[in-house]
Amino acid sequence: MSSNVSSPEITHAPEHASGTGRIWKTFWVLSALTVVELALGYFLYWKHGQLSYGLTLSTKLLIAALTLAKAYYIVSIFMHLGDEIRNMIMTIIVPLMLFVWFIAAFLWDGNAWKNLRNTDGHSRPDKSKTEQHHIPAVEKDAKK
Amino acid sequence: MSTTAIPTNTKWWNGGRSPFNISYGKVMMWYFLMSDAFTFGAFLISYGTIRFSVNHWADPNEVFNAFPFAGHANLPLAFVSLMTFILIFSSVTMVLAVHEGHKMNRKGVEKYMVLTIIGGIAFLACQAWEWTHMITGDHKVLVNGEIERWGTTVTRNPWGPHIMHNGEMVSTPGPIAFGGYFFGITGFHGFHVFSGVIINVVMLIKTRLKHFDQRGHYEMIEKAGLYWHFVDLVWVFVFLCFYLV
Repeated sequence: MSSNVSSPEITHAPEHASGTGRIWKTFWVLSALTVVELALGYFLYWKHGQLSYGLTLSTKLLIAALTLAKAYYIVSIFMHLGDEIRNMIMTIIVPLMLFVWFIAAFLWDGNAWKNLRNTDGHSRPDKSKTEQHHIPAVEKDAKK
Repeated sequence: MSTTAIPTNTKWWNGGRSPFNISYGKVMMWYFLMSDAFTFGAFLISYGTIRFSVNHWADPNEVFNAFPFAGHANLPLAFVSLMTFILIFSSVTMVLAVHEGHKMNRKGVEKYMVLTIIGGIAFLACQAWEWTHMITGDHKVLVNGEIERWGTTVTRNPWGPHIMHNGEMVSTPGPIAFGGYFFGITGFHGFHVFSGVIINVVMLIKTRLKHFDQRGHYEMIEKAGLYWHFVDLVWVFVFLCFYLV
């Protein structure tokens, strides 16, 4: 097992595993997670219109959680971030924490826009759930 | 994976060594990928904001239900699953190329780089088919009281709410943002796949020319691998936001 140090400032070259077992194990984990995601996607498709709002939302959140698990395996094992020293891992992970605020704030904002439009700025009751909304067609001259 | 024991009192910040125990090139590749993650994240969050702000959005199971040579069979999620598995598999061959690089096995690196490039081209071909299918599609839409047949483009979205028209359920035009976000984000990702394929081809040529053997290490393969895995990582989120939910 040759541990080739590629640069003089690297003092402790990690000794790389000789086998490929970990890589294939990760491949099967990623495939299994994808299959579960697809199963949940088909569940939403087959039960379309029959599920309560809460159950639909929870299923979608579960799919999102499985996606985050896939992201963890790709970054940690395929990109070898899990093998780096802690300070290196933190310089990548900590800035990405901004996404927590970013996602929450913007989706909240989008939803607020919808409520304002449906109620003309809270001046009338929201009838979007019961009324069929007709979205205006594109302008005649913009169609071509 | 066993790591060489690092002495507990290592003074990482006293100079003379990389405080992150990683070469400059790899650190900078990581920081580039982090900034790219913010770019993709901003695009996807913008898409989510607009989607949350309208009462009706295109149902992915209705929009993405076609498969090559399957005619008009209703196969939701099928083609995009194929694309997802192609990308996961090309990620595996990439990490195997990196693994062979650690062992200084040039033939192994070449073999797995070729497989990775094939995977990338297969993914791009799938995306080209999907885009063509969507743009040239003819979906019945009720526009200003008349039935028209529309494809999905950045100016036309035939996937709006369904209404009754002359005893038949037809769709109406949907929010125009759908096409722009779909083609914009999958296009930006596809461009990353394309540039990843180019980078991998360059790495394959350099491997064949024995540049890395002369250099004494295969770290360039690792850097190309980081980029390639990032492309797979982004697809995982595009798959979630456009096709699954």
